[in-house]
Amino acid sequence: MKHSLRTPYDGIVMAAPVTIPYARYSIESAQWWIGRALSALVAKAGIKASHIDGLCVSSFTMGNDSGIGLTQHFGLCVRWLDTIPLGGASAVAALRKAARAVQARDADIVACVAGDTNHVDSFRLTLENFSRFNQDAVYPYGAGGANASFALIARNYMRTYGFTREDVGRIAVAQRANALRNPHALMKTPLTIEQYLAARPISDPIHLFDCVMPCAGAEAFLVMRDETAASLGLPAARLLSTIERHNAFADDPMQVRGGWAMDVGELYAMAGVKPDDLDVVQTYDDYPVITMMQFEDLGFCNKGEGAAFVRQHDLTIDGDFPHNSSGGQLSAGQAGAAGAYLGLVEGLRQVLGEAGPTQVKDAKLALASGFGMINYDRGLASGAAIFAGPAR
Amino acid sequence: MLQRCEACGAFAYPAREACPACLSAGLTFVDAPRRGALLAETTARVPSDVYFRERAPWRIGLVRMDCGPTMVAHLHADCIEGAPVLMSFQLDKSGQAVAFARPERETPNMADDRQWREMTADPKFRRVLVTNGRSLIGQEAVAALKAAGAKTVFVGVSEPWRPFAGEQLLRGQAGIEVVTLDAADEKSATDLAADIGGKVDILVNTTEYVRPGGLLDRRGTGIARDEIDQAYLGFINLAQAFGPSMRTRGADGINSSAAWVNILSVHALANWPAFGAYSASQAACLSLSHCLRAELRPGGVKVMNLFTGPVDTEWFQTVPPPKVAPRAVAQAIVSGLRGGLEEIYVGDVAEEIRQRLAANPKALERELDR
Repeated sequence: MKHSLRTPYDGIVMAAPVTIPYARYSIESAQWWIGRALSALVAKAGIKASHIDGLCVSSFTMGNDSGIGLTQHFGLCVRWLDTIPLGGASAVAALRKAARAVQARDADIVACVAGDTNHVDSFRLTLENFSRFNQDAVYPYGAGGANASFALIARNYMRTYGFTREDVGRIAVAQRANALRNPHALMKTPLTIEQYLAARPISDPIHLFDCVMPCAGAEAFLVMRDETAASLGLPAARLLSTIERHNAFADDPMQVRGGWAMDVGELYAMAGVKPDDLDVVQTYDDYPVITMMQFEDLGFCNKGEGAAFVRQHDLTIDGDFPHNSSGGQLSAGQAGAAGAYLGLVEGLRQVLGEAGPTQVKDAKLALASGFGMINYDRGLASGAAIFAGPAR
Repeated sequence: MLQRCEACGAFAYPAREACPACLSAGLTFVDAPRRGALLAETTARVPSDVYFRERAPWRIGLVRMDCGPTMVAHLHADCIEGAPVLMSFQLDKSGQAVAFARPERETPNMADDRQWREMTADPKFRRVLVTNGRSLIGQEAVAALKAAGAKTVFVGVSEPWRPFAGEQLLRGQAGIEVVTLDAADEKSATDLAADIGGKVDILVNTTEYVRPGGLLDRRGTGIARDEIDQAYLGFINLAQAFGPSMRTRGADGINSSAAWVNILSVHALANWPAFGAYSASQAACLSLSHCLRAELRPGGVKVMNLFTGPVDTEWFQTVPPPKVAPRAVAQAIVSGLRGGLEEIYVGDVAEEIRQRLAANPKALERELDR
């Protein structure tokens, strides 16, 4: 099926990437974390909160609040509002909606923010109440959570294409090396491939270092038109293209590809770039095997060649394929819905040249992808965005 | 049972409100073909839930059903990736129906599988109390449970010095222990529970007190009082004596308590005026069994009600056939426990009443009045 030509994101930019440093556990609420992110956004952009006229929020742990409650909570008066419950695809989805809102001048400055707390029992409660299909038809089966669900996908995927744990482990090991340069990463000790392989099994073939560390944290950025950014004197990255897809390939008996594979042609065509042109790539790494799938589905190699790809490339910050430069969720931590934002916000810092210790040299063009919501037996949502820094 | 679309015939799982193939709202549960293939398996070693944490590692898999849907399922240990499996819904310890995949063909000691036994109440290796050894059903139940591999069968006999037919089948048999029990006597039940309460994994309540008659052919409440004393209050005595320790022993290692079985007349569901007061006493027991089920559920102990039509015993002498052989009731007890069921209907009368009650309860009421 051919897509109609979509309206380009001409003049739409992203600015002010902020990360509120993660904590393994927090006694604060999700609203506290979101509040810190909004405060940091305002400070970083040098604007007043009253200048924000659009708000887009994602969180798993803010109870019965939605975006509307947060406007009063934070004293915001906005004319465009959205709450996006798409898990790991929330950031790309938020960006897409916000971009069209400012393009159509329904809003001038949209704050996209995701934050979650992590109380001692938050994660288990999120698991238990994740979705109706999950409650009915997954949780009662050993309560292995996402680990068990992804274990089934990983096992089938690895067997189908002949990947080994060592192949997949290269991704986790490289990300740990990146994380050691990120002062805010929760993981602070090196990880060798031997340690990765020797880790204790969680839900075969998922072992300890295939799993993210649930934590509290928040991430945010602003979306606006380029003239707004210029008038504020804000460094900004141009949005070149995005894709989003839900419940793709429903007839595949098991998930061996995500929705990216359906839309990847349009992703690069709209941006007018090729995969080789990218300086830095941020994938959604809830499990390294899902990152492997993205390398294939986002066009860096063919289906089934992910293992060869990671063997041939150095995925660290100084390598030939800089990937998940913050350490990703695997090594920086998974702050609930903020995990969706982690790659996008880090990618934004990269192309703005603001990444500090994790900066990829001369990064001008970045891709960030998202993947979300294992409602039943597979991740349903996928998305990706390509954006360019001022130097390109 | 899976949902199938009345409009396009597609099967759907998990349960939903609209057909994913054609968006019709006409989804009805039907008996679906049970065969599928195991696509992938995993072993959850670090579950987040306390129940599974105690029982880890726990093996699950994803099964592609021949009829279409993909199901997450508990796996029998003999299931192999890529191979065909047979799917059934089993009641787990919380009473929820969960999908369980078994190998398509019988394998050695198939019923001994650890995860399978967690879903069922197989009498094999377990200790059982049959509450009334004087009745034919009680005696047949003892024999059937013993044959099914029960480790010990305690069998309750009231006033044990009083001889009874079939006594020789119970006394002096390996693995069968005659104990003193009169369920209608609170002290008797309490005394026995003090002795063996901690060793009863399955309790089969075979209390039986059948008298003909309804309301107008009787004078006074004497017989009705006896019916209530024996069946209803007897049930309460047994529940209060044995229920608490069974509930606490639901996860007591391999010798955990597993199930409570009631033998009820199917006329508990629809009054049979010829045995009208008896039917009412059975209805009272049925209602109480639902209470007991709810109270035992936190301990993971199942309550199974076995509904039978008139049994071929002396109190149903005047009732024409078909009647249920006591042995059939006993075999149904065993098969119900093996399947981990909550309800089982034995014999043609019980099955007919089940179906007619679902189809047209008012018509059934009229038909029984003949």
